[in-house]
Amino acid sequence: MVNPEIYEPNRETAWCPGCGDIPLRQCLAEVLAELELKPSQVTMFTGIGQAAKMPHYIKVNGFNGLHGRALPPAIGMRLANPEMKVIVESGDGDTYAEGGNHILHNIRRNPDIAHFVHNNQIYGLTKGQASPTSEETLTTSTQPNGITQRPFNPVKFAIAMGATFVARSFVGKKEHLKAMMKAAINHKGYALIDILQPCVSFNKINTYQWYMKRVYELGDDYNSTDYHDAIKKADEWGDNIPIGIIYKAEGVPIFRDRHPQIGDRVLVKEKKHPREFQALIDELK
Amino acid sequence: MDFNLVIAGEAGQGLNTLNFVLSKILFKSGFHIYSTKNYESRVRGGHNFMKIRFGDEKITAPKDEQDILLALNKASIEIHQDYVKDDGIMIYNGESYEGELREKNQDKEIFSLEAALIAQDIGNGRVANTVFVGVLLKLLGMNLKIAEEVLDEYFRRAEDIKQMNIDALHKGYEKAEVAKRRFEMPEVTPRDNQILINGNQAIGMGAAVAGVQFYSAYPMTPATGVMNYLAKRQNDLGIVVEQAEDEIAAIMMALGGSYSGIRSMTGSSGGGFALMTEAVSFAGIAELPIVIVDVQRPGPATGLPTRTEQADLLFTINAGHGDFPKMVIAVKDAEDAFYQTFRAVNLAEKYQIPVILLSDQFLADAEVNVDAFDLEELENYNGFISDKEAKNITDYRRYAFSDDGVSPMAYPGQLEDDIVLIDSDEHDEHGHIIEDAETRVKMVDKRFDKIDKLIMEDLEEPEYVGPENIDYLLIGWGSTYGPLQEARELLEQDGHDVGLLTFSDVWPLPIEELEDKIDGPTSIIVENNGTAQFSRLISAETGIMINHELVKYNGRPFTAHEIYEAIQEEVID
Repeated sequence: MVNPEIYEPNRETAWCPGCGDIPLRQCLAEVLAELELKPSQVTMFTGIGQAAKMPHYIKVNGFNGLHGRALPPAIGMRLANPEMKVIVESGDGDTYAEGGNHILHNIRRNPDIAHFVHNNQIYGLTKGQASPTSEETLTTSTQPNGITQRPFNPVKFAIAMGATFVARSFVGKKEHLKAMMKAAINHKGYALIDILQPCVSFNKINTYQWYMKRVYELGDDYNSTDYHDAIKKADEWGDNIPIGIIYKAEGVPIFRDRHPQIGDRVLVKEKKHPREFQALIDELK
Repeated sequence: MDFNLVIAGEAGQGLNTLNFVLSKILFKSGFHIYSTKNYESRVRGGHNFMKIRFGDEKITAPKDEQDILLALNKASIEIHQDYVKDDGIMIYNGESYEGELREKNQDKEIFSLEAALIAQDIGNGRVANTVFVGVLLKLLGMNLKIAEEVLDEYFRRAEDIKQMNIDALHKGYEKAEVAKRRFEMPEVTPRDNQILINGNQAIGMGAAVAGVQFYSAYPMTPATGVMNYLAKRQNDLGIVVEQAEDEIAAIMMALGGSYSGIRSMTGSSGGGFALMTEAVSFAGIAELPIVIVDVQRPGPATGLPTRTEQADLLFTINAGHGDFPKMVIAVKDAEDAFYQTFRAVNLAEKYQIPVILLSDQFLADAEVNVDAFDLEELENYNGFISDKEAKNITDYRRYAFSDDGVSPMAYPGQLEDDIVLIDSDEHDEHGHIIEDAETRVKMVDKRFDKIDKLIMEDLEEPEYVGPENIDYLLIGWGSTYGPLQEARELLEQDGHDVGLLTFSDVWPLPIEELEDKIDGPTSIIVENNGTAQFSRLISAETGIMINHELVKYNGRPFTAHEIYEAIQEEVID
């Protein structure tokens, strides 16, 4: 059994006291430990934002890149190294606004990536503007007349796009969140978890209490493989918010499967000498 | 001797295949060859043409004057007739050719042939262009042996189509018996150790030979050829070419590959490169090796999609926000493109920096014969720590301070008991975010120390051609190299003492050779852009003012004669 402490989940952070990122980090450390992974066997890709600072606060290989761009470099690694566990962590702005194009196309690619979106329905790091998932009733410093767009429904979007694993969880339900993370990491394909995570500083609507009153766990009687049921579930929001694996499809080819020329080869361990390429020259003679 | 052949018609008329087959026949026969493409941004229609210049001596540039025009439609005659020499031949795809056009071209022979009807008789209208190949070979006094070999190879997967093409070849050859004019070609013998290659292929090949295992890009003319080259061979090479959702994803994917320890590359043209610039800056601070090729086309914005220009120079040199080191290499010709791409991949890894390769449409599509690249001489630089070293590391610092700014680079998974952390924010030696002033300064200095090392160890001075004592110094960079070489020779034939200095490494700017040559002669810079960007770069970096600036920005490449004539008129007279 790996001790969660090797992930150093108690490092000092720049997160606010009470931030939903803190329990989320603890859950992640416990999950990685329970999966018997060492820090060197896991790589985390992030964009920009409070959630994206995670690789600084948990000891795994980390690529803290550009805003909205956490998914594309993870694809690069998926090709280079099939053995690495790849996790993408990002916020709702990072994923659904700046990174909108990438999530769309990575669902199409179905890479073997677990994607944890810290969804606090607000832009925290820039001090309180609307995010794509903000409630329409919210007013902010930059949206004093209210939000001009309807909220984005990431769960419904991902299911409709054909994502092979779509879940929702809540940082206030730690055991649930851990179970979802484990299932996502073990899923062969692209696994999205939209994680409800209060921003205690700027989002005065979607608080711990607000979520606690509303979220309910999907029971054993829910069939997560039925697309139409999943779409209906994805539309539930308001007084009752379902959490759990909302949709799951097995056996869909993953990104690497579509590149038979590399198969399971670990490209990073291969080094070729220039002389091995003579055929490229002969072909143009 | 050199000979210029132009084939012209609409997009969709098979000009590309015709150009390929003809060029290959001439190349395999032993001619030196230089073919260029002129095409419009459309799928069908419009006016496209390809110039094939060939001869018994090395050719480095296109030429306007034509010996033979093969016009696949009437518009092609109208557009190109003035460039056909008086003793030239115009081959026309049509029944009759009367009136004004005939009046205008009295001295030229017009050889009209209904190739489409001949092709239909053979059984497939699409072999009409091969009828013209037969015609041309007859006019050039060549036999059909090599042509048959080329067609055999080209159509090896379609036996029936192959036979129809060979029939068409013979038919054209017979029909051309009646043509009144013939050309005498010099004796040439096939040279086994040569290849026929264009600039995009050379970059793709240079990348593959350098061990690039991942190329991600979004298609954009004229850079797509690099992607096509690698994509077509990815199964054989065991590499991956991914068409990204946009240029931002393309470079970020490549950076992910690079971080993971594989050599990765991306490419686009100016507009696509513009989208990548945030990531170029990121590669700078994260110290991730990356090679980005910008196959330039005229801007601004979408400009002229299928034409040529060298106007991204100052943009690429300044690409990315903030201060960080990068290198920019402008490739000169197909041969240089191959070796420089190989070098760029190695330098990116050696210095853990972004390296930008500047090519352009002219070079991308120009097909030339070059000596087969010598792979024996090439060695890959390994910028990663060894697995043996990796075993003992327990406190890995991705950004460790060092004398030359280069930190030990490991990839994730290589360190059994440690991790590799990279960051786009300013960071400490471990890669963790910092905000303190002292570390910030040390990190900026560390990154620029690498450039000092690069300048000392790897920066290449421009190539100089010409006598020691000169009256005129021509200066160019990148793809104007070929036309400038020929222009220099033409000036020399007139009795002028002329030298040519051509830059490949443009950033950092090597200045020793320039400072050595600039005093004394009249200096003339020749650039395929509107504002003489390289001249501005030279004056900004060195204070040197170039005497004459010769620029061209109509989307077309320089020919040697136009440089030669412009210098005679504007400088010498």
